[in-house]
Amino acid sequence: MIKITKPRDKKGIKMPFFDWHDSCLLIINVNIDVYHFEGGLEMKKLINNPEHVVEEMLEGMVAAFPGYVRKLEGFNVIVRADAPVKGKVGLVSGGGSGHEPSHAGFVGRGMLDAGVAGAVFTSPTPDQIFEAVKAVDGGAGVLLIIKNYTGDVMNFEMAGEMAEMEGIKVAKVVVNDDVAVENSTYTTGRRGIAGTVFVHKIAGAKAQAGGTLEEVKEAAEKVIANVRSMGMALTPCVVPAAGKPTFTLAEDEMEIGMGIHGEPGTMRTKIMKADEIVEHLMSKILKDLPFKSGDEVAVMINGLGATPIMEQFIMNNKVSKILKENGIKVHRTYIGEYMTSLEMAGASITLLKLDKELKELLDAPADTPAFRQL
Amino acid sequence: MSTDAAGLVKILEAVADKINENREFLTELDSAIGDADHGINMSKGFSAVLEKLHSQEFGDCGAILKTVGMTLVSTVGGASGPLYGTAFMRAGQAVAGKSSLNFDDFIAIMDQALEGIKYRGKAQRGEKTIIDSLEPAVEILKNEKDSTDRKSVMNKALNAAKEGVEYTRSIIAKKGRASYLGERSIGHQDPGATSCYLMLQAAIQKIKEMSG
Repeated sequence: MIKITKPRDKKGIKMPFFDWHDSCLLIINVNIDVYHFEGGLEMKKLINNPEHVVEEMLEGMVAAFPGYVRKLEGFNVIVRADAPVKGKVGLVSGGGSGHEPSHAGFVGRGMLDAGVAGAVFTSPTPDQIFEAVKAVDGGAGVLLIIKNYTGDVMNFEMAGEMAEMEGIKVAKVVVNDDVAVENSTYTTGRRGIAGTVFVHKIAGAKAQAGGTLEEVKEAAEKVIANVRSMGMALTPCVVPAAGKPTFTLAEDEMEIGMGIHGEPGTMRTKIMKADEIVEHLMSKILKDLPFKSGDEVAVMINGLGATPIMEQFIMNNKVSKILKENGIKVHRTYIGEYMTSLEMAGASITLLKLDKELKELLDAPADTPAFRQL
Repeated sequence: MSTDAAGLVKILEAVADKINENREFLTELDSAIGDADHGINMSKGFSAVLEKLHSQEFGDCGAILKTVGMTLVSTVGGASGPLYGTAFMRAGQAVAGKSSLNFDDFIAIMDQALEGIKYRGKAQRGEKTIIDSLEPAVEILKNEKDSTDRKSVMNKALNAAKEGVEYTRSIIAKKGRASYLGERSIGHQDPGATSCYLMLQAAIQKIKEMSG
């Protein structure tokens, strides 16, 4: 077991801090605690106590966006400030923490009604999800948006059964956009990663427009059928309670196709140039759906937590060239951090094939702490 | 061979102690093929179970098992929470309203626990899960339920569970995070099959002790 001994030192440093929209630049004073762990490992994190990270994060989020969201007392659940919205289908997503701004950051008009936050990289429990469902049910039913992990699926399903016993209409969709994992009906199947954010956006728009539970579910399933992602990592991340990296990479190595919890990838290689990495990821993504000449897509370059925006734009430069060469038209591009993996350096690429309906829903306005579109 | 609600609580205390004693061991097993939290989460859950069992008086054995299930579901998290939680809740339904349990009830409890895990996990034998240790044990209990030598039946069931744990070393994981490893999961014993065996071991030992 790893035991935390007392903080070695505290240093007051000034660091620039951008909010999620880069609309203002704050200078805040932060104290960095350097924890010492048995076994000589050091974890440098801006935290107070590994056991309180989720609650303190959620409270800080509510303090920052009181007009948008509130926290359900006694639960790690963030709901729209005006929940439940009468007559509107409620959208509930969630998962382990550590993927911020997913999922609570996408709670707001035009996207989710609730985000349920489990412990870091651990599915939330059914009682928490059930509270979220009850809090956002406006009478038109609730859609559960689940990323395809064994724990998430079971916990959300149990919550759904609990809600149905109380007479709430519940439907669910399971997102599995990660092409790195081979698909098979006999195994757990593909993981849900950044493509999930497109499901939030499009199902959210459909619900906001007054769609029924069946229609909202259909829109979500259309996204799932047409979205593909793949990621790569330059460095692993450290789960606060564990205090050590989820995997190790040598200075000159990178991991291709790993999951957002540091699950093993498809390939570990010497580090390559950005263009070569993008070529590899794009070749897997393009041939999987497959995306074809004449298609129109939305692109998401998603930073995993410690990747500079500069590098994300460098990736997108190559992505856009590859799409052009393949005769694929870009309708919209999203660049930034949507589905992170704590402080992991790396990024994922997501492509969503659009038709007229998906385009309209993607273009619809959304106003949430981490996703705003006019 | 029968027990009342107080005896059932004693059996469950033994199960909880066993999990707590093996916290590090289970976590270590999980770090090889999962996300290194099975022992931590199970121990957290069973500590909460002990607190719940000691905070109120029970007369109904079904209610005890249901309470254990609900507590595990809300405290363990991950996949183990819903799986073991469903197992105990189903077991509770099997003996709902009973103030004492006999050997047939014990078999019904184990059988429904297995059914609950199969339903929740949509898994079957040979996929490197809890079922690989639980199902062989339940089969022996059911097949030999009319035997008069119950201690020997329980020993055989426990042995079958142990062999099930060993068997998980030889197969590829097809469920849960370990399944992403594909063939690399071979050679490692499944943490869930192991925790299930340990729980069964503690329960059977206590039952044998209590029946003298």
